[in-house]
Amino acid sequence: MKRFLLQRLSFLALSVFGAFTIAFLVMRLIPGDPAQVMLGDYATKESIARLRETLGLERPVWMQYVSFVGRALQGDFGQSLVTQRPAFYEVFSVFAPTMQLAAAGALVSMLLGIPAGILAAARRNRPLDYVTTTLALSGMSMPVFWLGLLLLFLFSFTLGWTPTIGAGAEGGWLSTLHHLLLPALALGLSLGAMVTRMTRSAMLEVIRQDYIRTARAKGLTELLIIAKHALRNAALPILTIIGINFGIQLGGTILVETVFARPGMGSLLISSIYQRDYPQVQALVVVFATSIVLVNVAVDVLYAAFDPRVRA
Amino acid sequence: MTAPIAVGAPVERAAPAPAPSGLVGRMQARLRRSVACLVGGTVLAAVIAVALLAPVLATHDPIANNLADRLQPPSRAHLFGTDDFGRDVWSRVVWGARVSLEVALIVVGVAAVGGAGVGVVSGYFGGRLDLVTMRVVDMMLAFPALLLALAVMAGLGSSLLNVIVAVAVAFLPRFARVQRAVTLTVREREFVLAAVALGGTHLRVLARHVIPNCLAPVLVMMTVSAADAILVESSLSFLGLGVQPPAPTWGAVISDGRSFLQNAPWISGLSGAAIMVTVLGLNLLGDGLRDLLDPTLRGEGEEAVR
Repeated sequence: MKRFLLQRLSFLALSVFGAFTIAFLVMRLIPGDPAQVMLGDYATKESIARLRETLGLERPVWMQYVSFVGRALQGDFGQSLVTQRPAFYEVFSVFAPTMQLAAAGALVSMLLGIPAGILAAARRNRPLDYVTTTLALSGMSMPVFWLGLLLLFLFSFTLGWTPTIGAGAEGGWLSTLHHLLLPALALGLSLGAMVTRMTRSAMLEVIRQDYIRTARAKGLTELLIIAKHALRNAALPILTIIGINFGIQLGGTILVETVFARPGMGSLLISSIYQRDYPQVQALVVVFATSIVLVNVAVDVLYAAFDPRVRA
Repeated sequence: MTAPIAVGAPVERAAPAPAPSGLVGRMQARLRRSVACLVGGTVLAAVIAVALLAPVLATHDPIANNLADRLQPPSRAHLFGTDDFGRDVWSRVVWGARVSLEVALIVVGVAAVGGAGVGVVSGYFGGRLDLVTMRVVDMMLAFPALLLALAVMAGLGSSLLNVIVAVAVAFLPRFARVQRAVTLTVREREFVLAAVALGGTHLRVLARHVIPNCLAPVLVMMTVSAADAILVESSLSFLGLGVQPPAPTWGAVISDGRSFLQNAPWISGLSGAAIMVTVLGLNLLGDGLRDLLDPTLRGEGEEAVR
């Protein structure tokens, strides 16, 4: 277990380091002078020189990299060019709505995908299986932003049940929930399709095992076999896959937030890219990536805690 | 507890859900998968035909404004209606197929060649090189493709070429992973060992024996990745960070229609349907191919490589 933990922690460290590198590269990829690009065409020579100084662009690249990583480790990404406040601080002002959306989306996807996947596996190669897997594949083939727009058209414009944009009034949890409904549904349906497929294959994997044959031989009902013997053994892989999909989930929030004009890390990322606010983009890339890796490692460790076979 | 044996349906309880063991079951499963291949392939062929025939099929200029005809619902003159500039949505969708397929094709080609190249070298030679490469690949795989692509686009700026570069970079690691995994098994096969024993150079063994035997999983990965590439490309265009307007791309048309969703739902609705049909076709084909080409997974058809 100790060795396994060490291995996961080194993966965590390496990935965070990788996230820093990717964030650093964002600025280095800019064609031409990053200071000029950030300040726009009307910037004075002095202000460009000042920004170059602040960003340390005069120094050799490796020194820039070392100092970037050093500062990033302390949560210092410089100031947002738009708000003039620390970029890292800005990220955390929109951290909560994004995590709410991601969590709600995950919940919807599990409520939908796990039962559907179990049903499909239990009725393998029967009409119900075909219908479920076809629906799941269709769901996976839909762009999540388009699905969001369809839901918006149906529930907000046509039926008038849900609000169209925003994240709700400040402090009102009912309003927050009301505004979360549709975005969570969009994200959850899209991910639920994937969860369905994964649950189905995890269940099929288990159903092949000898202990299921034993349970059948004992004459247990199919329901009991599925619920007690198969599901219990498939639960861990299913939950792991869902945890690992957290990354995809966060990628989806970028699009869903844009569709529903919700404040969040995704919509901030997009507007920062538009405004060429590179310190802000860098801070967001790092926080996005670090959250994903943290969840993945946490899931891995939990898995190992429950299943001794993984630790080897 | 024993259930009473239902008259007329005695087999039902005996064979609930296990792998299709009998010949009939296997044939059924295979047939279903071939159906997936067939349907997916047909859909894909149709979309490719539309893209190739865009100049013929498009009834209007996809970027010509015609403000007199703005926001017209679908009609005989405008099959998919018009957008707020009076542009014909059908023509934009038809030309958009070209952009999407072009991006998907090049991205998958570049990512497959590059990623598989990395994977085959890493898997064949193993050792420290393999260790380092796979750590980097694992790290990149942890991040969603869209985030990686956005980071690259943020730096490079928006253009067709940059979209291709961004998405290809984001897709490289998955090909490296798959190719390495296959290489590891192929490397131990007798015919490879024999080729090495006969004194074949590494290059020759790789080119003549290892790579040809790794093609099937990479082909499946290419099909599925083409679907993903179309989704990522249209996401970038939707966010306004992909191919720049007024170029007709599916994502951009959906984005254009967003502000008029209430009164002109056909703009976003129909262009999104084009994406879904294409991506579904590719996914079906990928699923079907996976099961046809990889007997060990037959009937499971799942996320092993996703």
